[in-house]
Amino acid sequence: MNLEGLEMIAVLIVIVLFVKVLEQFGLIEAGFEDTVEDEMEMATVRHRPEALELLEAQSKFTKKELQILYRGFKNECPSGVVNEETFKEIYSQFFPQGDSTTYAHFLFNAFDTDHNGSVSFEDFVMGLSILLRGTVQEKLNWAFNLYDINKDGYITKEEMLDIMKAIYDMMGKCTYPVLKEDAPRQHVETFFQKMDKNKDGVVTIDEFIESCQKDENIMRSMQLFENVI
Amino acid sequence: MAAGVAAWLPFARAAAIGWMPVANCPMPLAPTEKNKRQDELIILNVSGRRFQTWRTTLERYPDTLLGSTEKEFFFNEDTKEYFFDRDPEVFRCILNFYRTGKLHYPRYECISAYDEELAFYGILPEIIGDCCYEEYKDRKRENAERLMDDNDSENNQEGSMPSLSFRQTMWRAFENPHTSTLALVFYYVTGFFIAVSVITNVVETVPCGTVPGNKELPCGERYAVAFFCLDTACVMIFTVEYLLRLFAAPSRYRFIRSVMSIIDVVAIMPYYIGLVMTNNEDVSGAFVTLRVFRVFRIFKFSRHSQGLRILGYTLKSCASELGFLLFSLTMAIIIFATVMFYAEKGSSASKFTSIPASFWYTIVTMTTLGYGDMVPKTIAGKIFGSICSLSGVLVIALPVPVIVSNFSRIYHQNQRADKRRAQKKARLARIRVAKTGSSNAYLHSKRNGLLNEALELTGSTEDEQHMAKGTSLIESQHHHLLHCLEKTTGLSYLVDDPLLSVRTSTIKNHEFIDEQLFEQNCMESSMQNYPSSRSPSLSSHHGLTTSCCSRRNKKTTHLPNSSVPATRLRSMQELSTIHIQCSEQPSLTTSRSSLNMKSDDGLRPNCKTAQITTAIISIPTPPALTPEGENRPPPSSPGHSTNISTTTTSNIVKVSAL
Repeated sequence: MNLEGLEMIAVLIVIVLFVKVLEQFGLIEAGFEDTVEDEMEMATVRHRPEALELLEAQSKFTKKELQILYRGFKNECPSGVVNEETFKEIYSQFFPQGDSTTYAHFLFNAFDTDHNGSVSFEDFVMGLSILLRGTVQEKLNWAFNLYDINKDGYITKEEMLDIMKAIYDMMGKCTYPVLKEDAPRQHVETFFQKMDKNKDGVVTIDEFIESCQKDENIMRSMQLFENVI
Repeated sequence: MAAGVAAWLPFARAAAIGWMPVANCPMPLAPTEKNKRQDELIILNVSGRRFQTWRTTLERYPDTLLGSTEKEFFFNEDTKEYFFDRDPEVFRCILNFYRTGKLHYPRYECISAYDEELAFYGILPEIIGDCCYEEYKDRKRENAERLMDDNDSENNQEGSMPSLSFRQTMWRAFENPHTSTLALVFYYVTGFFIAVSVITNVVETVPCGTVPGNKELPCGERYAVAFFCLDTACVMIFTVEYLLRLFAAPSRYRFIRSVMSIIDVVAIMPYYIGLVMTNNEDVSGAFVTLRVFRVFRIFKFSRHSQGLRILGYTLKSCASELGFLLFSLTMAIIIFATVMFYAEKGSSASKFTSIPASFWYTIVTMTTLGYGDMVPKTIAGKIFGSICSLSGVLVIALPVPVIVSNFSRIYHQNQRADKRRAQKKARLARIRVAKTGSSNAYLHSKRNGLLNEALELTGSTEDEQHMAKGTSLIESQHHHLLHCLEKTTGLSYLVDDPLLSVRTSTIKNHEFIDEQLFEQNCMESSMQNYPSSRSPSLSSHHGLTTSCCSRRNKKTTHLPNSSVPATRLRSMQELSTIHIQCSEQPSLTTSRSSLNMKSDDGLRPNCKTAQITTAIISIPTPPALTPEGENRPPPSSPGHSTNISTTTTSNIVKVSAL
């Protein structure tokens, strides 16, 4: 019995091998074909900004300034858009000691006004235009927008705490005096005491602007970066 | 900070507006751009080929020739361009460095020519980007080896050698037979005796004529005495050699564990064991076995042959591939042996008595040897047998080229991995140095900034320019940015490096580190380790640090001599000691030593203008060599940078950066 069984198996194997050889010669079609190309080239994102005149009209920069800005922008991001990773990388080069990724994340969201995950040159220019050439009102608006992480019109203590921690992270570990655990929280408390007029635990845009306009230091420091370009 | 990112500095500064509402203290003033020129194109004529670029592009690296005023020496008035009589090909790479911030090394370029060009333009080769750095280092090393070989051969001809100890000369003689004639003689003698010994072993077993009685004797038994003498001689030579090597080895323990010494031992042990164990019938069988080990003497040849060593090494490194081959072979053998056994079970007088017995058939068939001592007789057996031989060809032939290509791949890869590992440490050190360098530069300029304010108050302008010489506009803007961050959070940057921790304190903003305060600070937030750092800045505090600064380790000691990017090197070496001759505002600089000055009102009339002289101290020795606890070094000693708390002259306050 064993013999017969084995003989049958042997014969079966021979037949299978034969069929395979025939397949190779293309005489027998077997199996289904996968013709779908699985690999599609990643479309590289390229972005060309609006015309120079248009940007000049929309922002408060002169043509020359826009030229300088664009040259620097394109140098660092040849594809014309900045995604969050690149943004974080660029920003972290200015703060080698600490960890600036969280703050860069918030900043990215503040610049990316249409929330499409990338900052194009237009977003960049509009943001800078507000920051450098805008009125104090606009600047404060922008700052409020930065702090309001979920963009609901209110700054809560948690949001402020996140922002504060991100700022403190940028300093890194080697500071003097050594960073205490609750320093960000205390800073948030101070901030809320100053800003939250009706003590309801959140800061609205009006409270924010009003409190800032009363504060000499803040007003003065808003004018600080006028001549950055 | 990379040059390309400098273009984003305005953005980063603008984004700092986000900190303003949060900050509790007022922000420092922004640096003003004193001479803001319109950006203009400049023409660089390099041996006839004209390159054009913006002026600001070149000014990104003010420590190089093109970025500083040094290029004015090359300005041609007639054609209004800068003419350089240098290689335009290499200049392309150099100009790209300014544009992109990355220096590349073209492979077709000769390494020494490239180095010369870099030196001419004042660029340190350490800035070469990671993509080209490996290649650059390889070529440089080859070049250095070539130079060293040339030097060596010169030296050999001159015959001037440093004197080594006897033991060291012996070891060198053993390892490298070409060093002296004695070593060469020794080399050939041992080689000869190895050959003699191996041949003896072989010839011993050859049948050598007959004795009366018609019995064939092997030569070994016929001329037993002669062979024994030969053997003894060889073993004596080997023993002497082994003992000499053992004596000369720099690390005896390591030598004993090395492969070659094990081979030596195994080669000579059988003889001694045989001496001890003669005339003992029981163990004569073992004695015969021991003789087999004498064949290991042939491995001693590997000292004489480089090729053998390489083969051994590559076999060792290809162990996984060989293992795979073995494993797949074993799998196939077991499968086919089982099948053959069951196929041939029924046939009469079958040689396939068991599966292990079939192993032999399977191996012989798969390696296409086909002795023919075992053949299948049934049809099924024959079919499976043929399948076995076909698959044998495949199974054995397939991994072999893979192994062969793996040989070369793994071999080269090992070499490259070692290189990269060696360079990685250096590369990490560079990165770290660059990081600390930028924050050091910041602290540096903060000090300068304060001094600048002091100066402005005293109203002397020419010294300001002295101060501002070291920092470019971009740097000052960057520092202003960091300063704003400090103000926002109320903390301040501590540099991660003992060499540049500043030791005066200013009451105004508690940012500079007073040594006692720092110590207290560290003790309060006492973190882990006591590194055995020999940092002079805490000379009297025995290296007590916080965890962040415990990263300060031996690496930092070669900071002054190490490869630091050009932009940082200057800012660290310059202004390492600043002498301030009394200031009219004693409230600004109340360090411990200036208390002397405060009490001396008589100095006031003499101090109408504050003079600041900068002493550029080059750092000849790593600070690790400065003895700890040295409190009063002579003021004029260069490079010694320990605590200078009390000075003899009352109106000079030394602010040492080291």
